[in-house]
Amino acid sequence: MSALDDIRLQVMWNRLISVVEEQAMTLIRTAFSTSVREAGDLSAGIYDPKGRMLAQAVTGTPGHVNTMAEAVGHFIEEIGPENMHAGDTYVTNDPWKGTGHLHDITMVSPSFLDGKLVGFFACTAHVVDVGGRGFGADAKSVYEEGIQIPIMHFARKGVVNEDLVRLLRANVREPNQVVGDFYSLAACNDVGHRRLVDMMRETGMADLDALGEFIFTRTRAAMLERIAALPKGRWSNSLMTDGYDQSVRLEVAVEIGEGRVHADFAGSDGVSRWGINVPLIYTKAYACYALMCVVAPDIPNNWASLSLFTIAAPDCILNAPRPAPVSLRHVFGHMVPDLVLGAFSQALPGQILAEGAAALWNLHISARPVAGQTGRRAEMLLFNSGGMGARPTLDGLSATAFPSGVMTMPVEATEQTGPIVVWRKELRDGSGGDGEFRGGLGQVLEIEALPGHEFDFSAMFDRVNHAPKGRDGGAEGAPGVVALDDGTKLNPKGWQHVPAGRRLVLKAPGGGGYGDPAKRSNEARATDTLRGYTDRDDI
Amino acid sequence: MFGPKRIDRQDGAINDERGDGMGKSTQQAIRLGADIGGTFTDIVLDLNGTLFSTKVLTNYTAPEQAILDGIETVCGEAGIDPSALELVIHGTTLATNALIERRGAKTAFITTEGFRDVIEMRTESRFDQYDLNLKLPTPLVPREDRFPVAGRIGAEGQELLPLDEAALEALADRIAAGGYGAVAIGFLHSYMNPAHERRAREILSRKVSLPISISSDVSPQMREYERFNTVCANAYVRPQMEDSLARLQIRLAEMGATCPVFMIHSGGGLISLETAAEFPVRLVESGPAGGAIFAADVAKRFNLDKVVSYDMGGTTAKICLIEGFAPKTARSFEVARTTRFAKGSGMPISIPVIEMIEIGAGGGSLAWVDAMGRIQTGPESAASEPGPACYQRGGERPAITDADLVLGKLDPDNFAGGAIRLSVANSEQAIQTEVAGKLGLDSLAAGFGICEVVDENMANAARVHAVENGKTIGDNVMIAFGGAAPLHAARLCEKLGIDRCLIPQGAGVGSAIGFLRAPFGYEALASKVIRLSGFDANAFNTLIAELTETAMGFVKSGSAGEIRREVTAFMRYSGQGWEIPVPLPDRPFTAADADVLRGMFQSAYAEFFGRAIDGLGGLEVEIVTLSVKAEDIRPAPARVAMIDTGAAMAAPTTRAVFDPAQGAMLPSAIIERSAIEPGQRVEGPAVIVERETSTVVTTPFDAVMQPDGTLMLIRKEQVQ
Repeated sequence: MSALDDIRLQVMWNRLISVVEEQAMTLIRTAFSTSVREAGDLSAGIYDPKGRMLAQAVTGTPGHVNTMAEAVGHFIEEIGPENMHAGDTYVTNDPWKGTGHLHDITMVSPSFLDGKLVGFFACTAHVVDVGGRGFGADAKSVYEEGIQIPIMHFARKGVVNEDLVRLLRANVREPNQVVGDFYSLAACNDVGHRRLVDMMRETGMADLDALGEFIFTRTRAAMLERIAALPKGRWSNSLMTDGYDQSVRLEVAVEIGEGRVHADFAGSDGVSRWGINVPLIYTKAYACYALMCVVAPDIPNNWASLSLFTIAAPDCILNAPRPAPVSLRHVFGHMVPDLVLGAFSQALPGQILAEGAAALWNLHISARPVAGQTGRRAEMLLFNSGGMGARPTLDGLSATAFPSGVMTMPVEATEQTGPIVVWRKELRDGSGGDGEFRGGLGQVLEIEALPGHEFDFSAMFDRVNHAPKGRDGGAEGAPGVVALDDGTKLNPKGWQHVPAGRRLVLKAPGGGGYGDPAKRSNEARATDTLRGYTDRDDI
Repeated sequence: MFGPKRIDRQDGAINDERGDGMGKSTQQAIRLGADIGGTFTDIVLDLNGTLFSTKVLTNYTAPEQAILDGIETVCGEAGIDPSALELVIHGTTLATNALIERRGAKTAFITTEGFRDVIEMRTESRFDQYDLNLKLPTPLVPREDRFPVAGRIGAEGQELLPLDEAALEALADRIAAGGYGAVAIGFLHSYMNPAHERRAREILSRKVSLPISISSDVSPQMREYERFNTVCANAYVRPQMEDSLARLQIRLAEMGATCPVFMIHSGGGLISLETAAEFPVRLVESGPAGGAIFAADVAKRFNLDKVVSYDMGGTTAKICLIEGFAPKTARSFEVARTTRFAKGSGMPISIPVIEMIEIGAGGGSLAWVDAMGRIQTGPESAASEPGPACYQRGGERPAITDADLVLGKLDPDNFAGGAIRLSVANSEQAIQTEVAGKLGLDSLAAGFGICEVVDENMANAARVHAVENGKTIGDNVMIAFGGAAPLHAARLCEKLGIDRCLIPQGAGVGSAIGFLRAPFGYEALASKVIRLSGFDANAFNTLIAELTETAMGFVKSGSAGEIRREVTAFMRYSGQGWEIPVPLPDRPFTAADADVLRGMFQSAYAEFFGRAIDGLGGLEVEIVTLSVKAEDIRPAPARVAMIDTGAAMAAPTTRAVFDPAQGAMLPSAIIERSAIEPGQRVEGPAVIVERETSTVVTTPFDAVMQPDGTLMLIRKEQVQ
């Protein structure tokens, strides 16, 4: 009865998604890196023996998820299926074959059932340190950015590669945490494998071929239907961003054709001297994310859905070749959706949100006692978000990560990890662009070292010199501000110093508005006034 | 769903002749459990071991009225006067509902300057990555009612900036004149040092005659968003709950019931009415907690160490792990999810709670087809109005109950004891229109698809829940209750690799029965980071002693019985963000115990995650939260010896019922539950019918009636 077989396959598809969720959950619960455990900066997925992604965890962030979709193919190619064994786990942090910078560790484990390779589990997480100059924009090439791990074994038939572990220990600042995260990554693939075996034994499946075919056929059909409903043509857009020491222009042309959507980034500025370049794989990840949000938000990501999107770019800041420095690739990667959505807004007028803060306002803090005093040293990473652009029928979300999928961490937890005080973390009044629908508010942070301490921080901010634009008559959101509390302006990128007794003041951008401000309802304006959302104190 | 109908004696009044001792486990001989749920208020009277129960429609304008009506019914049936009641135990969903429906008091929230927006900024993330028109839940207290005050405690509990008392004086006047109904106070790091919160309460209470809740009392745990939201929620529901509990006590007294009244809390223990009125947020999820205790009591009777309880009602299914006869507990949970039960779409509440997962899978959950041509179920529910299509009350979309009917699992002429006549034609029509037609299936295959999807969703949720607790689901015995659970339990067991499933009597009012079995208990928590490298045994002992005193004080205020204590440390490797519970010995610690604690943590870690982290000799281990739980020891219920076999019964009638494993309609035995004697066995496929539900015995299972009237599904190969 083929109808029943279809139903059983559908149920197994659900099961696969549950398996990868378990895989992701294991990673969150065992990870050391704050970006994974508190912020969800990770991904997990299952692949067929050809390296095609069958399912991915909903938990995770687009930059990891969509890059990892391609990474598994590189592992298969370099190691060769004939050299793979049960109990193996492979690893890399190659920015061009993994997920875009050295801080992300990708692990792939083959899954064998009764001696037969049935699939792969892969996962990625951002670790706290990889040596080199640390997390920042100041390296001149990838060689300065930390230890490079080409595709190799982390475990061979279940035995951990001790040489790799020793090399790591000698090259990173927080060896226990980093090695701990390597174990967490391997463990999460193990969990996925065990669940997959349980499922296959229970259902008597010998391989995932029929299930994969079912998933890909159903997904492809649904995607083709959605793409067919879009207007056909070519639309372009450009975006100015802060860059490191000079503004950087990003360009895209989006072409919607029969059964495919293509994005071409030709015209974007060239490769930067600073670590703000983006490997193509990461550009593609965020371009695909934006496309999926518009075309098929309810269709799961897998090989079939992603295969209908293609991208191209000449060598440029969005397709930086080795050995360009790429540590902060996320800043421009996060700009890609606003860039692509701007092109889509011409194809689909009245349906696309305004620009927002886009890049996370993350900062890395390196705190220490003032010379001659005793105290604590600490390396800390903080996650903060500005405002999202207003939507065609709704105000923008305030202080909410987009396109990234990460969370912030509690101030109380942050202050437990190092000698700093966050004096202020609240919404930034007046920062949302005006419009029929208001842009989301950014946020204000004030950070000081504890008495007797000082700190350096790595700035990774954008939209300071170029505000997020409104759409369809909506006003710009407020640009960001990086300064000391005495008014000294600081740079939006690079390592900088905050002396003892001074506060670092960060004002993350607000989102752009949507539609003519004259059309904003009186009720909405009255609420804005009552709640102080449009006060000007923080502008 | 069935209207205010008294349950007849056969089903509602569980006779104790079989010697199950269900009721004899209590100190008071005449006790009453009352559970105010979303649709029904369930009342169970335990009269010297015999149970009488009734369901009354919940009365939202006067919730206590339903309890009084129910008391009259069961007392009448038992032939006693309400004045004979010796104890009333009450649980309610009203606090939860007030949060979901935002029907609480206008609340003023006083917080640390610079952190006015903590409850509005939440985790700064989107719970759905791809929905660009996402709406986030609005904060309980809007921005204009949140008042920042200068003053700052640091991470070590040190004062970084003194509290601005003059500003508080001025604020007190403003709040007094502002038309508020309640006040919440939440300052940063108050779990380390509550001095500023207490001082602020003192200043305010001089000028403001409103209930004031402070976060260090309500929820002394690290993480400001969760703690602030919890104290706001407490303040928000407090006036309403104070009022309704006071009214209940008065009206009970008027009807002659002057006995003590206790509340059940989310952690599954009892607290006094006074404590409940002060910390009403602890009443959230008290009904489901009762269900878990009910299952734990069944586990005790059968001496089952590892149990998974499965409660499936009209809109949701709840799954809870019970190990060593005690439900798993957690330190926080999420309530009032606004969007499709999606994680992150509700609000966090940090209080001790029986840990369970709840998914949008109930008898009323609607089935639909997504863009990939996949059948999906829930979370949208047909609720009681219009109800599933087969109820013939205007429902046109297929619910799980419709699929159950089409598959032959329900008898259309004998549903709810014949109170509701079900229309197979309506179910088929709805399934045809919404599912089968879209997929080119017949309505039978589509009905199977709907049930498979909902069963699989529940199975996945149960598996993930077990993994999150470092357990394997297949090792458990399932205990199923709630109207829809017995229809799906066997298939769920097939999917989970579970061999035995118990379906106890009184399952329709399980929570209220659970209330009668609840211990008088309290869990005291403290968040304090303690690194084992600098382990200070004296300070550690002092902290445990303080927590013990708090917990014991609560318990002794309501119980003279013997008390059991559990000390738990929530530990992690320094640098991790997730702590795992490690049970500690209840004794004083010495400096040498640092190594013992490390060893205990590492073995607990290995149990959770498969392996401890090797080769990390230098890795620090820390305790983040300490908990002391105290509860009185309830007399153990009489043990029931599980029967794994019995003489096979002949089927009086048969009906065609769809068997999921075989994928076909099979002639199945139809037997009344009351007709099965202990020790008799029914071979699957079969359907065992009772008034409010039916137990489906799929082909891999038989059903064996136990000595106490509990029905057990058992895999055929396990039958002795």
